Amino acid sequence: MTPVLLWTDALVFLLVACGIASGIYISRREYLLASWHRVGESRAGMASLTLLVAFVVVGLIDSLHYRPRLEAASGQPGGYSGEVRSLLDVLLQPLRDGTEKTYSAPLAAHLYARETVELPDGSQARVFPRLKHGGAHLADVEAEWGRDVTLRTLRGAALAVLAGLTFVALAVLFAARRWGTGWQAAWRRIRRGETRFAWHAALAALGMLLLLAGPALSLAGGYHVLGTDKVGQDVLYLTLKSIRTGLVIGTLTTLVMLPFAVALGLVAGYVGGWVDDLIQYLYTTLNSIPGVLLIAAAVLMVQVAIDMHPDWFATAAQRADARLLALCLILGVTSWTGLCRLLRAETLKLRELEYVQAAQAFGASAARILGRHILPNVMHIVLISVVMDFSGLVLAEAVLSYIGIGVDPSTISFGTMINTARLELAREPVVWWSLLAAFVFMFVLVLAANLFADAVRDAFDPRLAGSRRSLPGKMA
Amino acid sequence: MLAYVVRRLLYAIPILIGVNLLTFLLFFVVNTPDDMARMQLGIKRVTPEAIAHWKAERGYDKPLLYNRNAEGAARVTNTIFFEKSVKLFAFEFGRADDGRDIGNEIRTRMGPSLAIAVPTFVLGLFVTVSFALLLAFFRATYLDFWGVVLCVAMMSISSLFYIIGGQYLVSKVWHLVPISGYAGGLDAMRFLLLPVLIGVAAGIGSSTRWYRTIFLEEIGKDYVRTARAKGLSELAVLFRHVLKNALIPILTGVVVVIPLLFMGSLLTESFFGIPGLGSYTIDAINAQDFAVVRAMVFIGSVLYIAGLLLTDLSYTLVDPRVRLQ
Repeated sequence: MTPVLLWTDALVFLLVACGIASGIYISRREYLLASWHRVGESRAGMASLTLLVAFVVVGLIDSLHYRPRLEAASGQPGGYSGEVRSLLDVLLQPLRDGTEKTYSAPLAAHLYARETVELPDGSQARVFPRLKHGGAHLADVEAEWGRDVTLRTLRGAALAVLAGLTFVALAVLFAARRWGTGWQAAWRRIRRGETRFAWHAALAALGMLLLLAGPALSLAGGYHVLGTDKVGQDVLYLTLKSIRTGLVIGTLTTLVMLPFAVALGLVAGYVGGWVDDLIQYLYTTLNSIPGVLLIAAAVLMVQVAIDMHPDWFATAAQRADARLLALCLILGVTSWTGLCRLLRAETLKLRELEYVQAAQAFGASAARILGRHILPNVMHIVLISVVMDFSGLVLAEAVLSYIGIGVDPSTISFGTMINTARLELAREPVVWWSLLAAFVFMFVLVLAANLFADAVRDAFDPRLAGSRRSLPGKMA
Repeated sequence: MLAYVVRRLLYAIPILIGVNLLTFLLFFVVNTPDDMARMQLGIKRVTPEAIAHWKAERGYDKPLLYNRNAEGAARVTNTIFFEKSVKLFAFEFGRADDGRDIGNEIRTRMGPSLAIAVPTFVLGLFVTVSFALLLAFFRATYLDFWGVVLCVAMMSISSLFYIIGGQYLVSKVWHLVPISGYAGGLDAMRFLLLPVLIGVAAGIGSSTRWYRTIFLEEIGKDYVRTARAKGLSELAVLFRHVLKNALIPILTGVVVVIPLLFMGSLLTESFFGIPGLGSYTIDAINAQDFAVVRAMVFIGSVLYIAGLLLTDLSYTLVDPRVRLQ
């Protein structure tokens, strides 16, 4: 096999590197750490962070791509397959390869549509044929199905409980060592939430996740847990693959727009004069075009360009990836204006403060003042708007894909899943599982992102600093 | 006041020129009309004659900016830039790919779009402001807490889910209203009810939370304490003082979208088969009808700028401290 580095992969890893670097930078500075500690103190923040980490892990595993080596014909040099796979595909090999003929319900052993089959005695009958993979190990479906499903669920749940207990035990032992207390005392403090960080919320979220993932994985060995779609692909596989697309759109778009928004916002606010006028004109103009239409126009143009030049890309995956990246760029261009305006206003305020005037009096250059004195003091705005934008972008992807200006139809994403599945509700009987699976996964991802964004905003927004309301009971 | 309006209208001109240049760049320079013709006619089997015919049909066979072969003023006017971009300022949109006049189409489709957008907007504003006032009244109680939780959950649900789920439940399972379609006159009620309700429901989460924050910010101010000290009831404080003052930030967000109501809603209209401007835009995007997309981009920016102007004017109406000069 040969590794393949798609453009979005490279940017994702760049983003991870940036994340780690800023993590190290922050961890060495007490005053920066204080705000992050407040995020850790929030229960919703810790629980949603746990879920987000799980999503990010799936997304990262799905970002390691390679092209498998083809079986070399005798005497000829072996080539590489045109198909690009990821590490997640390898891990989910059984799900990926276990395609059926068409729809099948979650955990079903039969297809969802009748088919005419020839019976051994030569007559024909309309029956629900057995699936090739789902429940294929059952000899007699009616007798064994219930027992098998229950057993597998229980086995998965038991493993999940075991894994969960291991995590809790590790956390307790670690805490006990750290505080120099016995493990019983440590456990009591964690359970009651008397720790500084809301570890009990994180552990509870992890436990719930394991309790869902354990049985799902255990059942996935023999069944299609979430059913199959029209062409027989496993829906669980599709939803897991969609996570990467959602994360890429949510994060890379921000990465693309940040340099614009920060540089232009700071310069407009600090320099003023005609530069300010020009930058304001720029973002008012961009802002005045309705977002969807600007995106539509740009995506149409990108599509024309991509279709005109099939020779640019070696594989279909690279073409789809280019379109995904283009979508991120376009979304970035249309979404930097809000942050830019906020930063300009904040810089206008900061510019007049004494410490900036002092720096000017010392003869510091404008670039140095912007970089050393103003930028650090607007970073909280940048951070808040980055985390707030994420969930909106994930939701926007689905809508744009529906309109036909989203990701490439061959890219697996929540949007393309919903788009192909939405007509199935008109079928009789209704095919609901792929639609519901996409919506539920998207809901959990967006909800976690929203809760985390709220925790970050509460911790970083200085306007809220004085007014942190203590609410009754456990709401504090 | 009048001078202010005139000056603001003059400010709008460079912005519209910017929009115009941007769309011109996007549609004619980044990809040439030849590329578009090839794309529309199918990449593989396309002859130069077919491309020339396609371009001539749409008037794309002229030079971009400067026509050397023409005489006098026609050197500038007989170009793609003048014919396709400058004429937008006169609201001359030309013809769509199916040969119909775009301006005419827009006028007939405006009605259904407004019929759905205006009730959604008014009802939505009423519901979210009332809900936010309720949460602000019961602030720091469990009702408030669970109300906010509900809002966060509702804003985490994809708008597609509201539409698909609502259509499925109300139309398909309960058979209360038709799944999609449109009719003129009073008969339209039947078709509009569900999209309006879904539009309102989809907007509740984020707007309510936003308005609640505004109300809570106002409630913390000194004049509210004074009002309470006078012995006013909490309800009187909320409605007579807080609501009025909170209107100012609410207006900023709300007035600017009023003109854009003309554009209709892309998703709702296309799901419910309502022949408005939103579904027109979607159809144009799917059919890659660049003339229509260009016209909609221009109209959208005109309406947005009108919204900005209206926002500023509405300030003077609700906030006597604001003087426009």
